[in-house]
Order: sequence, then structure tokens, then C-alpha cells
Amino acid sequence: MVKVNKAARQLKVLARDPVLVALIVVIFSAVAIFVVYPLVKVLIASLQVRGVWTLETFGQLGERRLYRSAIVNSLSVSTLVGLLGVVIGYIAAFVLTRLDVPGRRVLHYLTMLPIISPPFVSAVSILFLFGLNGVVTKQILGLQDFSIYGFHGVVASQVFTFAPIAYLALRGVLASINPVLEDAALNVGATGWQTFWKVTFPLSLPGIASAFLIVFIESLSDFGNPLVLAGAAFPMLAPQAYLEITGSFNLSRGAMLAVVLLIPSLTAFAIQRYYLGKRQYVTVTGKPSASASRIVSPPVKWALYSIVVLFAAIVTLFYGVIVIGAFTRVWGFDYTPTLAHFAYVFDVGFNAVTDTLIIALITTPLSGLLGMIVAFLIVRQKFPGHGALEFGSILSYAVPGTVVGIGYILAFNSPPFVMTGTLAILVLCFLFRYVPVGIQSGVAVLRQIDPSIEEAARNLGAGTLTTFRKVTLPLIAPAFFTGLVYAFVRAMTAISAAIFLVSANWNLMTVQILNQVGSGRLGVAAAYSLVVIGIVLVAIVIIQAGVTRMTRHSASVKV
Amino acid sequence: MTEPVRIQGLCKAFDNLDDPAKPVLAVNQVNLDINEGELVTLLGPSGCGKTTLLRMVAGFEEPTEGDIFFGDRRMNNVPPNRRDATMVFQSYAIFPHLSIFENVAFGLRLKSQSRKKIEKHVTEVLAMTGLSGMANRSPTQLSGGQQQRVALARAIVMEPRVLLFDEPLSNLDAKLRDQMRIEIRELQQRLGITSLYVTHDQVEAMSISDRIVVMRGGVVEQVGTPREIYSQPANRFVAEFIGRANFITAKVGEANTVDLAGARIALDAPIAASPGDSVTLLVRPEVVTLSPTEGIINGTVRRVMFLGNLTEYLIEVPGTDPWLVELSGPEAPTFTAGDTVRLSLPPSSIHVLAE
Repeated sequence: MVKVNKAARQLKVLARDPVLVALIVVIFSAVAIFVVYPLVKVLIASLQVRGVWTLETFGQLGERRLYRSAIVNSLSVSTLVGLLGVVIGYIAAFVLTRLDVPGRRVLHYLTMLPIISPPFVSAVSILFLFGLNGVVTKQILGLQDFSIYGFHGVVASQVFTFAPIAYLALRGVLASINPVLEDAALNVGATGWQTFWKVTFPLSLPGIASAFLIVFIESLSDFGNPLVLAGAAFPMLAPQAYLEITGSFNLSRGAMLAVVLLIPSLTAFAIQRYYLGKRQYVTVTGKPSASASRIVSPPVKWALYSIVVLFAAIVTLFYGVIVIGAFTRVWGFDYTPTLAHFAYVFDVGFNAVTDTLIIALITTPLSGLLGMIVAFLIVRQKFPGHGALEFGSILSYAVPGTVVGIGYILAFNSPPFVMTGTLAILVLCFLFRYVPVGIQSGVAVLRQIDPSIEEAARNLGAGTLTTFRKVTLPLIAPAFFTGLVYAFVRAMTAISAAIFLVSANWNLMTVQILNQVGSGRLGVAAAYSLVVIGIVLVAIVIIQAGVTRMTRHSASVKV
Repeated sequence: MTEPVRIQGLCKAFDNLDDPAKPVLAVNQVNLDINEGELVTLLGPSGCGKTTLLRMVAGFEEPTEGDIFFGDRRMNNVPPNRRDATMVFQSYAIFPHLSIFENVAFGLRLKSQSRKKIEKHVTEVLAMTGLSGMANRSPTQLSGGQQQRVALARAIVMEPRVLLFDEPLSNLDAKLRDQMRIEIRELQQRLGITSLYVTHDQVEAMSISDRIVVMRGGVVEQVGTPREIYSQPANRFVAEFIGRANFITAKVGEANTVDLAGARIALDAPIAASPGDSVTLLVRPEVVTLSPTEGIINGTVRRVMFLGNLTEYLIEVPGTDPWLVELSGPEAPTFTAGDTVRLSLPPSSIHVLAE
């Protein structure tokens, strides 16, 4: 009788490759310490008051109106932002992938621009335009009693910030629907309208639902926009949790709100990943479907187009306002051009610039490599705990930054791990928080690569590490690029978790922006934002060049 | 240096998703000896375990039981990158980010040989495989046949102990397949490397192999030279898988004879069964001859198909299943559907199948 014992068999095979075993052990422990452990700490803190186990803090949810409205407000904002984001994203994706319209490239880049921006660009722009001293509200309309703070302000700012994420996700979905299917429907007599609702839309529905949930999670976890635009009368979960901890020093209430924030995020993530993920009708052919859609009539086409142009125009307006604001003495009162704000950034505030750069430069390569290694382990290696590693390493994607931040100060402020106030805590936080995107794109690319290419390397005498370095990594260069860029952009623009972890020694530009906004110095905030955007753009160009150099031959190669 | 391969009691069990208690035996108690310099083919329908067996020899799959030896050395615990058994992959598995030269040099570079030596060796092998002048091209600029040659060059440049082929020709069109078959065989014989070759194509197996291993459901059905497998198949499955066959039920008579369709035929080979038993005879379609008048069995032409080099007839014979008969050559008579014919067959060409 042949005895099958999977784990034992896998261990037996692994044992021959000590490097691999070591790698797996290190990654497992790191995920356990830096992803799972902080979450456990948050949970424990929310269930303890002065060391006693209790449900008292959760009882506060029933007693205090503030908390109840925070929950209602956060969920209603996220839902609406999710819906609006998906509508805008879908229209933009449809127009820019399926219709033959002028300026597609420019519109694509403009639509994506908010993704690489620091978190306060739209909030600051909105203040410049519609705030108390806003150009539109005060100068043009002369309104006295209009307030941008509250539900509408947060929703407007978040839609602008997160619709591009939906756009990117839906772009992939729409591009993967073969236009021949639409032609087939037209061919059997369907009208363009019928074809859309009976073919195109149903095929993209799982993608739409998935995009909605992603935007929902992003909006729910968003910290910057609510902090600036919600106002005191409109409490929301993420800023409230922050205020409980930094304002009232009430760790258990902050932790409790973090748990409340975590529940809908994780639920949405679970649905997105384990339910919808398996229902995407994506067929990877390697060939982008270039043919234009024939299902929309010219009037509809130009109507949709104008929506995209409008969105791009708003993006341009927002960034234009930031640029002008950065060079304007006192917005709303004195529009004299000045370099004073930049002088501040490069003088008094320059520590934050160098600190942020150092952190980003350390985090980026680590995160890029870690992402590819984990993707390689997930797709190509079999070992006990395989599923747990995959789950653990992408879990942090769904955990709101506020929760991570609270978790980190709870976990790493006391033995066995004392790290608060150090560079390490910021780097580790960013590393594990932003590696999931690299992992997921690595997994996606690797799944499309014939495993026999790596087997061939093994077969010719290459060990696991050599195979990874000489074959796997060059082949998944596009995913590596994505991982690097994402890690860098996020390290430059992160705020929600980082705000708990910055110290006098290690500060971040985003935190500086927040401070400047808080003290009403929007000009300096705008200048900082421009510096961040400039650094990010330069970095993307450099990373792109580096990755291309790494893989000269594969640039045009379809595997 | 090339070496003989010995496979003993090899088993591979995969988890059964439907019933975890009953693992699926993809390879079941396979014993096989491959002599030094010999080319042995694993032949069988998809799912018969031939690729799993090959991958165990390469080290990509872990045997559940049994042993693999190269020469005297047990290979079970040797990782794939230390086995020195290079493989030509079904999908070629060319490294898309490396030039042709670098693809072929890949394994040599890992052995850290001198630059000069590598260049000389790679250039030689490229010439041998008809790839001279393509060293600096990128794999995407190559046709399927050329990619196949790169895969071959990359494997033989290593001068492996054992050469493995995983359906290497299945992605080529028919003409190219015939040509590559000849080239692979000639190269293999010239270099004299012990080779294990997997295919589901019986013509390929027949033409390239010293010996063929026919597999079904993880089990070896027969091992033999192409001629033995074709004319003396071990059972009905082998007979059916290699070439076309008529299976005729007959009754064993006295003195080494069989009765079929009203005729009594004395066989050359002794019959294992006793008189009165029922046996199945294998009659290949090309051994039967048809004539309007001469013959020992009566039949009626039901269907005629002209195929160029031969004409295929389906003949109804009372008391048996219809017979498939192939006539070829300029002398062959022609018939049309409905004709009555007489069939004859030389006793030496009749093979009694084991039950």
C-alpha cells in the first residue's frame, strides 16, 4: 500500500534545499510578527481595560452617539464613493479601451494621476476652490454661509482620489473581453444597447463588483481626506480612532474603533478575493483586443467621452490649483507670486523630505524583491502552510492603515519588540503593508509563465536561487516593476499608519502636509505636495529604466 | 559520460481529490532497464503515466516508491539540478529573455567553464543542430522548428548522462515532425547518449526507438522492439494502440488449427489454448488479400475508401465482425461496394492474443 502523507512528503523534498527552507521560515516569521501579531494586539487591546478582560469598550458603541454616527457616516461615505467611483471608472475604462476617440493616451495618464499623488492633494485643492476662502465659493460666487466640510466634501474628495483605482481595475476587465463577442451579438440582430446590457455588462459584472469593493475598502480606510474635510460635526471611524489615541490617549477605545473599522474591510476583502476572484471571465490571450467597439452610436460615444474629458479636466484643475497655490502668498487674500513656501520646505521642513526619501529608498527594493520571492513561493513551491503564507502576506492589503498603525504602536512599544521611534518600524510597516500589490501582480504574471521554463533551468543545473535570479525574476519583470513603483509611491504618500509611527527623529512629508493643512498654511502644504509628486515621477522613470536594463531581451517577448 | 538507467518498482501516487483515502497511482510498479546508448520510448495514451515517469527520472516528481539508478548510483534523493539528465521540453521552455547563444550556454555557464571553452562548445553544438548563424537572435525571431533545435542543442551541449525527451515534436506540423524525428535519431545515435523519449504518437515511437514501452493506466503493458510490439502485441490494448487491427474470434481446433468464419487454418506458432476454447486472433489489415474467386473466407464489400497509397475496404464476413482490409501496390485488384469477394491470409501473419 502506498502511503500518502502530503506534508511529510513536501518536507522531505524541501529538506534537500536548505536555502529555500530558510527563506520560507524567515518569511513565515516575518509575516507572523509584522502582519498578524499587531492585529492580535489591537484585538486584545480592544477587549481589555487596564489589563482586565471586558466588553466595556464595545459597549461604548451603544452608549455614545459619536461612535454610532462615525460608523454610519463612514459606511455611507464608502458606499457612495464606491458606487460613484465605479461609474466613473467604468465609463473611463470603456471609453479609453473600447472607443476610437482622440487623446486617449493623455486622458489615460490624467485619469491615473491621482493614484501617485500624496493623500491631501484633492483635499487641499477642494479647500483652495470651495473652502472658506475658496476661489469658487468666496471670490466667484461670494457665498458667506457655504461650508465644504462634511459628507459632500469627503465624498467629492474621495471620488476624485479613488475613481482612478476603479478605472485601472476595470480597464483590465474591459480589455480582456473579446470584442468578437459583441460582434457576435450584433450579428444575430441585437442592438448596441441590448449588446451592452446582455453581453458586455454581464461579462464585466464580476470585475465591477470587485472594483466597487476595492474602492469601498480604500474609502473606508482613508484617513487624510476625512481628517481634513469631515469637520467636527461629521465624525468618521479612521480619524476618530486616531483622535482617541493621540488626543485622549485612550488606547482601548482607539483599538475598539480599529476593530470596528477592520470588520467591514475584511468582509469586503474576503468577498472580493474568494468569491468574485473566481468568477472573473478573464481570458488571457496575450493579445490586447485592439478593435474598437461598435456597440455605441456616435451621440452616446461623445457623451461618454465628454464625461471622461470632464474628469480629466477636474484633475488638471486640481493640480493646477495646487501648483498655483504653492506659488501664492496667502490664498484668498494675497495672490502675489512667491517662493516662500518652497523656501520653507527646503529649509525648515527639509528633514521631512530627506527622511521620507531615505525610508522610501530602503523600502522600495526590499518590497519589490520580497513581493517577487513570495509570489515565486506561492506559485511555484509546495510546502506545508502554503495557503497560510499566501493569506497572511496579502492580508495587510485589506487592513486599514489606521488599524495597522495602532497595531504597531501596541506591538512594538514594549518587549520583546521595542522599535517605536526608529527608522526600522517605518520601513517594516511600509514593507509589509505595501508588498501585497507586488505579490499579487507577481502571482498573476508567474501563473501565465510556463513552469517548464524554470524546470529547464533546474534541469540544466541551476539551483533554486540561481533559477529565481537568472530566469524567474527577468521573466516577471513587469510585476517587479509594478511592485517597486507601488512600494515607492506608497512610501512617499502614506499617512494613515505612518502618522502613528513618526517621531522627532523620523518624520514624513505627508505628516508635514497634514500639519500645514491643520495650521491653515495651505501654500506650504501645496509646495510639499508638488515636491512629492516630482520625486515620484522621477523615481518611476528611474525604476522603469532599471527594470528594462535588467531584462533587455524580454521586453518584446511573449511567453 | 552516458550511463544505463535502471528503474525498479517505481510508483507515483497523487492525491485523489474525490476520495483522499484512495490515492491515484499515476505510475504503478514500473520496472525498466535502459542500456547504455539506447533510445527507449514511453508510448501510451494521455494519462497513462509516461510523462510522470519521465519527470521522476528528471527529478521533477518524487517517486512514492521504488528506485531510479543511473549506472550504479541511486538517484532518488538527487535534486533535479544535480542529475545531469537534460531534457527537451514539450513546450521547448526556451528562456525568452536570453539570446539563442545564451540559451544554449546557460547550463555551461553554471558549471563556470572558461568563456573560450563555452563559446567553442556552443558554436559546435549550434552547427550540429543546424543553428549556425543564429547565435545572437532572440527566441521570438525563431520558427517552431528552430525553437525545437535550440531546446535540443541546450540539452545535448551538456553532454548529459541521460537525455530526456518529453513529446518534443508534438507542437510541430507533420512535415517538420518527420524531418526532426530523423535528425533527433541520427544525433542520438551519433552521440550515443542513453535516451528516454515520451510520445503518444505510435509512428514516432516506431521510427525512432530501439525499444518501446507501451503503458496504460500507470502500468507497463509491453516492452519490446518496434517489430515485436507490432507483430506480437502482448494484448488487445497494445495491438489496438499500435497500428490498425482486426480482432477475430475463433475456435481452437485439433492439431494447432483454428476455425473462423467457416474456414480451418493451421497456425505456425503453437496455440496455448486447448481444443474447443474460444480465442481472439489479431489480423492486421494489410496481411489479408482479396480476390473475386480465390480464398478461404467469403465476404461482401461494404465500403471502399481510396487513400492514395492504399485502398481500404470494409468487408462483411458472416459470423465475425466486419474486417478492415488494406490493399496496396499496382497489382492490387479493385472492388466496389456490394461485390462478393474471397479473403485469404497467410497463417504466419496470424497472432493469437493472450486473454
